[in-house]
Amino acid sequence: MPGRQLIMNFEVTPASHTLADYRARGGYETLVKALGMAPADITKEVTASGLLGHGGAAFPVGRKWGVMKPNPGEIHYLCANADEGEPGTFKDRWILEHAPHLLVESMLITSYALGVRHAFVYIRGEFDLPYRRIQGAIDEAYAAGLLGKPVPGSDFALDIVVYRGAGSYVCGEASGLITSIEGRKPYPRNRPPRLTVKGLFQKPTVINNVESLANITGIIRMGAEEFRKVGTAKSPGTQLISISGHIAKPGVYEVEYGYSWAKFLDEDCGGMLHGAKMKCVVPGGISTKVLTRPEIENLTLSHESVNPAGSGLGSGGMIVIAEGTCMVRLLQVLLRFYHHESCGQCTPCREGMGWMHRIIDRIVAGEGVPDDIERLYAISHANDGTTICGMGDAAGFATVGILNKFRDEFEYWIANKRSKMDGRLECRA
Amino acid sequence: MKHLIPEFERMKARFPAGFDSSLVLPCLHRIQADRGFVADEDIVGLCEYLKVPRIQVEEVLSYYTMLRREGIGKTHLQVCRNIACSMRGAEDVIEHACKRLGVKPGQTTADGKFTLSTVECLGSCGTAPVLMVNDAYHENMTLEKLDALIAGLS
Ligand SMILES: Cc1cc2nc3c(=O)[nH]c(=O)nc-3n(C[C@H](O)[C@H](O)[C@H](O)COP(=O)(O)O)c2cc1C
Ligand code: SF4
Ligand code: FES
Repeated sequence: MPGRQLIMNFEVTPASHTLADYRARGGYETLVKALGMAPADITKEVTASGLLGHGGAAFPVGRKWGVMKPNPGEIHYLCANADEGEPGTFKDRWILEHAPHLLVESMLITSYALGVRHAFVYIRGEFDLPYRRIQGAIDEAYAAGLLGKPVPGSDFALDIVVYRGAGSYVCGEASGLITSIEGRKPYPRNRPPRLTVKGLFQKPTVINNVESLANITGIIRMGAEEFRKVGTAKSPGTQLISISGHIAKPGVYEVEYGYSWAKFLDEDCGGMLHGAKMKCVVPGGISTKVLTRPEIENLTLSHESVNPAGSGLGSGGMIVIAEGTCMVRLLQVLLRFYHHESCGQCTPCREGMGWMHRIIDRIVAGEGVPDDIERLYAISHANDGTTICGMGDAAGFATVGILNKFRDEFEYWIANKRSKMDGRLECRA
Repeated sequence: MKHLIPEFERMKARFPAGFDSSLVLPCLHRIQADRGFVADEDIVGLCEYLKVPRIQVEEVLSYYTMLRREGIGKTHLQVCRNIACSMRGAEDVIEHACKRLGVKPGQTTADGKFTLSTVECLGSCGTAPVLMVNDAYHENMTLEKLDALIAGLS
C-alpha cells in the first residue's frame, strides 16, 4: 500500500456504503464533535491542516473558506464538485460509490462552519451508480433526521440537493458549475468578483472538490496536528490517484504524499502492461504536462517534488504511456476533446481550439507543413491567460508539454506523411 | 409534460425558495426520460410552468450533449473515445460496433433498435475501454463482449 490511508481505510463490501455500516465505523460521531465547536474554529482547524484542494489547482481549502465571512442571517451556499470531467480522473466516483456518507457528514460539518443552510452536489450526468449511491445516502440521512431539520442536539439544519449535469466538461469549472445550477447555459464567469463573494445567484458560495470535502471529517476528528503527521510538510495528507493507460493494475489508489513515484508505478500498480517500457506519464489529468520516465525516476508524489519538474499532480488522473505509443495521435485525441468542450465564449479558446484541432488533423492526414509545429506553439501561447476560465490555458499546457518532448514525432509525420511509431495508441502484448 | 408537474413540484420542494430557474435542467432530464427526447410542446409547457424565457430553455437544450430534440434507437450505445479508452482499444471497439450495426457514430440502425454514439471521457478510465448501454456503464469492453451485448439486445 502506498503509505497510510485516510479515506479508503475500510473494507468495501456490498453494504459498506450504507448508513448502518458507516455508523458502525464511527460515522457521524465527528459531526457531533463539530457541532460542539464554534464555526470559526472549524475553519481554523481546516486552515491549520494545510489541506490542499483536490479538484486540480491544489488551492488551500482553509484559505478559500476564510474569504467567506459568514454573517448570521445572510445566505451562503456550498457546492461539492462531483463533475469529474478531467480525462484520466475517476476518483471522486470511488467516494460517491463507496463512501457517500463520508461526503454527507463532511458537507454537514463544512456547512456548519460556513453558515450554509442549502448545499448542492453537482454530479456529472453520465454517472448512474454514483448518483444512486449519493442520492441514496442523502435519503438515508433525511430519514435519520440528519438533514432537513435541526441535527438532534443543535439548532443547525442543512438541506442537500443533488444536481445532475448533462455532458459538459466546462461544468466542472467552478463558475461554469454555478451557471449550470442556475439553469442556464454553463458559461464560466470572469473573476473578480470571486465566487466566495458573489457565487450562486450572487450569494457567497464555496465550491470544493468531492475529495477535498471528504477529508474534512477526518481533519476535525483527528485534529489538524494529527492530520499533518500524514504526508509531507508542504503536501499534508493523502491524494487519491486514479491511474489508467498502459499500466498492469489500473484503478484508484490512495497515496500518502511523499511516496516514491517509481515505486508506486513499479510495485503498487504492478508495473507496465505486458511488461512494456514506459515512455512517459500524464501526472494529474490531461491538462498537466507529460513527464518522461527518466524525469520522474527520483520524484515523490508530492506537490513540492512534481511542480518543480514543470508539471503537477492536478486532479490525480494519472495516465501511463508505453514506448511505441504515437504522441501525434495522442495529441489529436486531446485537441479534439478540447475543441469539442470549448464553451465558445472567449475568442482565443473557441477559435484557437478549432485551429489546433484542424492543424493536428491535417498533420495526421499527411497534409501537414513544417510551420504547423510553430503554429501549435503560437496558438497555445496566445491562449495562456487570455481566457475566462482555465480551459484555454490547459489545452495549451497539454500541447506544449507534448511538443517540447516529442517534437521529433511531429517532424517525422510531417516529412514522411506517416507516424514514426506506426500510429498506435494501444500497447499490444 | 403536463402529467409530470406533480413530480416537478416535489423536485421544487427540495430546492431553496426562488430557485425555479434551476429546475430547467432537472425538468428537461425528466421529460427526456419520459418521452425519449424533448419536444416543442415540452419547451412551451416548461417555460410557462417555470416562468423562464424560451431562449433560456433553448440554450440549455442545445448546449448539453446529453439532451436531444429528436428520438433515437431503443438502445443507445455510447462508446468513450477519449485518451485512456483509446489507449486500451476503444478505436477497435468503435470500428467493430460500426461494422456489426452497419451504421456510423451518430446514426441509428434501420430497424430503430440501436443508436451508436461516441462520447468523451466517462470517468471510468481504469476499466477502459468503456461504453454505456442506455444508462449503464459496461467496463473492460472487448469485441467478444460487445458481440454478446448486441446479440442479447437484437
Ligand atoms: C475546464 C475545467 C474543468 C474542471 N473540472 C473539474 C472537475 O470536474 N472537478 C473538480 O473538482 N474540479 C474541476 N475543475 C476545477 C474547479 O474549477 C475548482 O477549482 C475546484 O472544483 C475547486 O475545488 P478544490 O479547491 O477543492 O480543488 C475544473 C477546472 C477547469 C478550468
Ligand atoms: S476558456 Fe474556453 S471553455 Fe473557458 S470560458 Fe473561455 S471559451 Fe469557455
Ligand atoms: S477515457 Fe474513457 S472513460 Fe476516461
